[in-house]
Amino acid sequence: MNFSLVSQYSGFLLRGAGLTIVMALGSIILGCLLGTVLGLMRVSSSKPLSLFSGAYLQIFRGTPMLLQIMFIFFAIPQIYNMMTGSFFNWKPEIAGIIALGMNSGAYIAEIIRAGIQGVDIGQTEASRALGLTQHQTMQLVILPQALRRVIPPLCNEFIVLLKDTSLISSIGAKELMYRSRSMGVTTYDFVSFLAGAAIVYFCLTFILTQASSWVERRLAVSD
Amino acid sequence: MIKVSNLHKYFGNNHVLKGIDLEVEKGTVVCIIGPSGSGKSTLLRCINLLETPSEGHVLIDGTDITDPKQNINALRTEVGMVFQRFNLFPHMTVLDNITLAPIKVRGMAEKDAQDLAKALLKRVGLADKADAYPKQLSGGQQQRVAIARALAMKPKYFLFDEPTSALDPELVGEVLDVMKSMALEGTTMVVVTHEMGFAREVADRVVFMDDGVILEDKPPEILFTRPENPRTKSFLDRVL
Repeated sequence: MNFSLVSQYSGFLLRGAGLTIVMALGSIILGCLLGTVLGLMRVSSSKPLSLFSGAYLQIFRGTPMLLQIMFIFFAIPQIYNMMTGSFFNWKPEIAGIIALGMNSGAYIAEIIRAGIQGVDIGQTEASRALGLTQHQTMQLVILPQALRRVIPPLCNEFIVLLKDTSLISSIGAKELMYRSRSMGVTTYDFVSFLAGAAIVYFCLTFILTQASSWVERRLAVSD
Repeated sequence: MIKVSNLHKYFGNNHVLKGIDLEVEKGTVVCIIGPSGSGKSTLLRCINLLETPSEGHVLIDGTDITDPKQNINALRTEVGMVFQRFNLFPHMTVLDNITLAPIKVRGMAEKDAQDLAKALLKRVGLADKADAYPKQLSGGQQQRVAIARALAMKPKYFLFDEPTSALDPELVGEVLDVMKSMALEGTTMVVVTHEMGFAREVADRVVFMDDGVILEDKPPEILFTRPENPRTKSFLDRVL
């Protein structure tokens, strides 16, 4: 065990942490976009849209994240090759962000659905009785109230996502997990490097938690 | 005029309204009384299509709102509604609650809508609460804001769905006072209520409903003193 080695290689590790943050942000953004669209589809009165969103959720919730990452990284280029005869390859970072984003999109859709359906039906009735359209009701009355309810579960999802970026190391993205493991292998000092990585992950999720409760307090002022 | 004819409503196999006929002339106040579960609220909610009638027609100034081709949003602006549980928008100030629909539905300028809202708040006795949030108000104050919100759309008709049933007893009076003043100004109102005193004093007609049908429809001085139907009698004996 030699923690001075960790500080000696801190630049190397921190570049990994940087990539971890970038990949987490990328998949959070993709997940939120997908999740919002899928969540609205889920509560829409259109049967096909709702069914599609439900099926999407089942598929992504019913298979392992690691498998999804590998499928997108290894299998999608093969399928592309079978269909078109030409070749393409993902960067592992890009494939990883897409896999994580698509996966969390399914969970975020559920969070958004629950947030919308958790708003009292009386709010919709009052809006419609005033002559607001369905769209105006959603935009002006329901979504602003749903937003407050979804922040704690969304933050939870972001924390899961941040930690799950470590899975992308399995396809060769040189993020924090990948680098600390390879330093462990190189130096035979797994304790120091894995503990170092653990501290970085912990700090990042701690910051996320604090940010979330700050936003929650801000939004709660009028409530 | 609101004209309801042969209105039926089913919830699944539950036959809640069994052929309702009701007319409400402009400028009149009609109170609907009756035991819980008699279909009073459902009838009211069919008049602005918060519930879709299973059968029958609802005509508002001659327009059949049960016709699927009708623009429901436009019709709803002519029929204001006040709910038992107020249903104010908790994320908006009192002023924004009132100005939302005039601005977004009527296309009113923001300044005009705010002036209107302030005048209405003064009318319901809450001029100093414009910037408060609903949670900061008592139930009676919230309901008065809800009335101001409905008034802001200047609808031709008002539906009140048990507007005082969720209030503490000492707060009922302040809401009834606002409703009385509206009645005195000739507002057309259909009020589902358990406040027999209000019905007796303010209503032009009182409708007694039980088990999905209208059993009596009479001026209050007659219905309250000489009820004909035995079910009306026993109901009045219990509540008066």
